Amino acid sequence: MNWEAFWLTVRLAAIVSALLIAIGIPIAYWLTYSRWRWKFLVEAAVALPIVLPPTVLGFYVLLALGSRSPLGRWWESLTGHTLAFTFEGLVIGSLLYSLPFAVQPFAASFGAVDPSLLRASASLGQSPLQTFRRIVLPLSKAGLVTGFALSFAHTLGEFGVVLMVGGNIPGVTRTISIDIYDQVQTANYSSANQTALLLLIVSFVVLSIVYGMSRRPWAVGPWR
Amino acid sequence: MAVNSAPQPISSELEVRIRKRFPNPEGSFNLNVHFRALAGFTILFGASGAGKTTLLDCIAGLADPDDGRIAVGGEDLYHSERKRNVAAWKRRIGYVQQDLALFPHLTAGENVAYGLRMFSAVEQTTRSREILEAFRITHLRDRRPSQISGGERQRVALARALVAEPRALLLDEPLAALDRPTKSSLVGDLRRWNQQHRVPILFVTHNSEEVFALGDEVIVLDGGIIVAQGRPHEVMRVPRLETVANLSGFENIFNATVLALHEDRGTMTCQLGSGKVELETPLVRADVGSRLRVGVRAGDLLLATEKPHGLSARNVLPGTIQRLEQRDVIIAARVDCGGTEFEVHLTLAARDALQLGSGKAVWVVVKTHSCHLMGM
Repeated sequence: MNWEAFWLTVRLAAIVSALLIAIGIPIAYWLTYSRWRWKFLVEAAVALPIVLPPTVLGFYVLLALGSRSPLGRWWESLTGHTLAFTFEGLVIGSLLYSLPFAVQPFAASFGAVDPSLLRASASLGQSPLQTFRRIVLPLSKAGLVTGFALSFAHTLGEFGVVLMVGGNIPGVTRTISIDIYDQVQTANYSSANQTALLLLIVSFVVLSIVYGMSRRPWAVGPWR
Repeated sequence: MAVNSAPQPISSELEVRIRKRFPNPEGSFNLNVHFRALAGFTILFGASGAGKTTLLDCIAGLADPDDGRIAVGGEDLYHSERKRNVAAWKRRIGYVQQDLALFPHLTAGENVAYGLRMFSAVEQTTRSREILEAFRITHLRDRRPSQISGGERQRVALARALVAEPRALLLDEPLAALDRPTKSSLVGDLRRWNQQHRVPILFVTHNSEEVFALGDEVIVLDGGIIVAQGRPHEVMRVPRLETVANLSGFENIFNATVLALHEDRGTMTCQLGSGKVELETPLVRADVGSRLRVGVRAGDLLLATEKPHGLSARNVLPGTIQRLEQRDVIIAARVDCGGTEFEVHLTLAARDALQLGSGKAVWVVVKTHSCHLMGM
């Protein structure tokens, strides 16, 4: 059992899902309320990681992070090393990879808030942002929890993107799923089994929390 | 400038002159209205689809008119020529939507205090407490909307809209779901509030009874345009204008003269024939002194052998039974009430229980809404 890889993965998933709360809420807000006619293109782009092979996504992220891309050069001039094959690079790759798993539940729960509540809030003198903070966010608790948990669980188990972007550096980019792969490659089945079982249990617990929460009619209120 | 002139009170008039295309189940209508609403109730009356809610949405800033002007207290909220369109949340127009839209995650007290963010904490508490008391919902303060009754929700929604002291108030069928006693007590509280604040209140309804009950000014909207405007009895149609074809259904038909109109109650007093009998009937579009016909079905009348007390019926007339006549299982009684004769239908059992017979003194009870009015 490789605890180093386990804690690295948990740290990665926690950072990514926390960042996705911060990034995903504004994106979901925009997707919910924008009336831009080309909005569907953005929706499609956000959903892309769901269908795209992780290796494809990882490949492009690697190119973007590498020293030949403007982003990679900028980072290199700032820090002296490239983003590829670092933990930071892994975070960026995972953010893109798990983005739809945060944004879609967020946007779905924002969109489920009764528009007449928003109208009432406006007629009570509250700006759109105040309305969002005081009405939409509290009524979207279930969606926020779901998005957080799904992106956490999704990041926990990612393989392709990590391998492409991060490689396999122990303590830096070797995550638990890559560790399992390594163990299987070296025919170390009992260790692989332990790690796989742990990942299975953690994922199941996270998803149980999500479905347990969304069963409650939060939109109407947890007080019922 | 005149010296010593009293300071002019700030005009709280609401002026609306807008056009807007709006979709509706039968295609689309053009809303095209121009009216002024002074402080007090102005009733917007019309069938569903007439454009009432669209009009309110435009005034509240929740929908944009195609062009025109909306002003409150002389300040433009919307002015297409001047490219002015104040955002809904900056308009200070109270709006109680048909579905009330109480915030489900907040208690009644938090709902009411929701729009008070600009005031200090002390001011928020004071204002909330006052409005909760004025609308008699203090005891509901800690309950959520899902835990209170429909009438109570209505009060919370009204209190929430009024507490921030809006410059005008829009009410979209706020009484629709309420029973009559709840309605009238809510209207009473609203009237008391408005005596102190004097703002224009646009009150949408498709119920003609509410129009008469609220009095004041009525604007009748049909297919997006104003088809009539004025006092309720001037603009409302006769509630039930009976045709000659229907006369056969009425055993009692009297010529009558209108003696007085009671707009506040939605009734009027009519004198029957040349006799002494006066009936309170539903209000119709008629002037005092005009002549019409009143029809009452014999089966809608009640007889009492003692003068009834505590009765909701407005008309209790003393009389004497002239004769009783049995038709199958019905007893038709002819009752003379000071020169006007009524036919009253009873059951056999009622005749026996009341020991009715010729010459017996009785009281005839006539409900206001059993009186059907017909043109001459």
